[in-house]
Amino acid sequence: MSRKFLLGLLILANVATALLVVRDRHEHRQAFVALTRLERARDELNIEFGRLQLEQATWAESNRVDQVARSRLGMVFPRTEDIVVLRR
Amino acid sequence: MKLFGKQLPLPGANDGERRDRGRPQGSRPRTRAQFNLRSRLAMVCGTLGLCSVALLARALDLQVIDHAFYQQQGDARFVREIPIATSRGMITDRNGEPLAISSPVESIWGNPKELLKAPARLPALARALGMPQDELASRLSQRAGKEFVYLKRRINPDEAARILALGVPGVSSQREYRRFYPQGEAVAHVLGFTNIDDRGQEGLELAFDDWLRGTPGAKRVIRDRRGQIVENVDLVRAAQPGRDLAISIDRRIQYLAHRELRNAMNETGASSGSAVVLDVETGEVLAMVNLPTFNPNAVGTSPRDAHRNRAVTDLLEPGSTMKPLTVAAGLEAGVITSTSLFNTSPGWIANGRYRTNDTHNYGVLDTTGIIRKSSNVGASLVAKRLSDRQFYDFMRRFGYGHVTGSGFPGEAAGMFPSPGSPGWSGTTKQTMSYGYGLNATPLQIAAAYAALGNGGMLHQPSFVKGQQNPAKRVLDQNIADSVLHMMQTVTEPGGTATQAAILGYHVAGKTGTSRKASAGGYSRRYVGYFAGLVPVENPRFSMVVAVNDPTKGSYYGGVVAGPVFRNVMEGALRLMDVSPDNLDAWLAAQATAEAKRAKASGHAVPVQAVADAGVAAAGAGAVQ
Repeated sequence: MSRKFLLGLLILANVATALLVVRDRHEHRQAFVALTRLERARDELNIEFGRLQLEQATWAESNRVDQVARSRLGMVFPRTEDIVVLRR
Repeated sequence: MKLFGKQLPLPGANDGERRDRGRPQGSRPRTRAQFNLRSRLAMVCGTLGLCSVALLARALDLQVIDHAFYQQQGDARFVREIPIATSRGMITDRNGEPLAISSPVESIWGNPKELLKAPARLPALARALGMPQDELASRLSQRAGKEFVYLKRRINPDEAARILALGVPGVSSQREYRRFYPQGEAVAHVLGFTNIDDRGQEGLELAFDDWLRGTPGAKRVIRDRRGQIVENVDLVRAAQPGRDLAISIDRRIQYLAHRELRNAMNETGASSGSAVVLDVETGEVLAMVNLPTFNPNAVGTSPRDAHRNRAVTDLLEPGSTMKPLTVAAGLEAGVITSTSLFNTSPGWIANGRYRTNDTHNYGVLDTTGIIRKSSNVGASLVAKRLSDRQFYDFMRRFGYGHVTGSGFPGEAAGMFPSPGSPGWSGTTKQTMSYGYGLNATPLQIAAAYAALGNGGMLHQPSFVKGQQNPAKRVLDQNIADSVLHMMQTVTEPGGTATQAAILGYHVAGKTGTSRKASAGGYSRRYVGYFAGLVPVENPRFSMVVAVNDPTKGSYYGGVVAGPVFRNVMEGALRLMDVSPDNLDAWLAAQATAEAKRAKASGHAVPVQAVADAGVAAAGAGAVQ
């Protein structure tokens, strides 16, 4: 009797674990899909960040700043006689 | 089969029996045959059972016995491990400003097998790719048996999306990263560039390739017949993006040096030029520029010659920039003092079969005078008192003749023969004392000068910000300081490089003008140098400017390279907030300017009031 019971229990456990495996595998797939989606979102943000950085660096390029300051804003470098030395 | 055959006769026998039974009753013979239900049922079940057994056996064969083989075959057709592209680390300058950024781009690839099946779509595809139709066709037919061909690499993601939107079967895109250099040609030589596979090819991109490069990941996906990804199955390895690198370059000083060197090149008609700025306290390279330069965002279009980082690869005779070191060697050996006198008349001295000449007869000079006037004869007289070994060891300690250890790819060591070697003759020491007969890179000169400015502590030049970089003592502090003060006279009235003087700061420097060696002697072509340290009280920067082969006007180092030094250093001192060490000169200049202004407006103002008025004017200016 106890042997039959044991066998039944084992079969039951077997089926149960098999189902658990199926469930976990499914969950793994789901999680992986979610991960892929999040990674894509992260990549998109990184791309955007990189592009903005590049854009900023291009706008801030020294040569351009120099030219804009001189020609468009009419800025000049102070001459020696324009500089005032303060002693503290 | 056997079982089936055995049963066959049975139905026939039964039929006969039934017919016999029916006839005596006088009815019509029955059209339907008599049969044994049970045996027929058994037969059908048996047949079906056998079919099942056959299926089971086949299934067993597929699923258990040959499982591995079929799994492998199936996976080989649909499951693919594909790489996950990763970005290269960013290179920033010392203040975190980006100098090299990897930006994602898309590469369009096609499956020739699929594409050739639908030739009607090719013209539209060729148009979208901006490629002649026959070129596309020939490219596809060349690889007709393959499943992969790049159609267009590294294009804007938006453009890629437009091409994919055509929906031509067999066309897909894949992400790659491309390097952009927002500072363009100003930093091109230091950074170098990468190839189409994102591997460093030159410069720091090559030197720090392992650090910058990420490790591509891998994921397992299921692909359909056309190569489209149906499902992501598993992540095999996560991608490791490359690490960022903060280099020692200061973008602003770099730009300044680039601009000033370019101006000098235009004015002097020089063929090439280099400038190096070192941070004296740490040995870090703050700026390193070369001309001609190239656009790192479009490397292919520039001549290869322009790719060279001349400041570390090109060897030039250092000329008179050696003289302060010769004097320092004499002081260290105790054979001269700072007040020793040297008789340089008649302006030349024998050097073996040759003569060492000065441009003028300077008569009797003291040690400072040798440096101020840049007297070759004076330097020769100092070297005469030193043994070959003493002279050689001293220069070697300052880094001449071996690579500086900056780690820059392709760095040159320079030619510096040792006493007793075939390159060392009886005249060598004297020739070297004023900078001929050996050669060095501008970086080596800058590093040696930085050691003079750093109280005799020599740093390896470094391209990485904040790296551990211990200094080693190569000269006594007092000697270094006194040589520095001798060099200060060079930029003061009576020196050879008054063009390099900076208002408000004491500048220690040395000009150099060396004739370029050519086959069989020295040609009438020159290299103009200026090497200097600023400010003299506690130096911050060591800068070397080399202008190669000036063709217009003067070729003297003080004239061609001095102004570059002054303009760059003036800006660098301001940018790095270095306090002036020569305020008196500044105040005097201010007083003269005020006096001039007062004269122009008609009333005489006492000097003390001038200063106050200046403050008030500055205040008013700020309000405006």
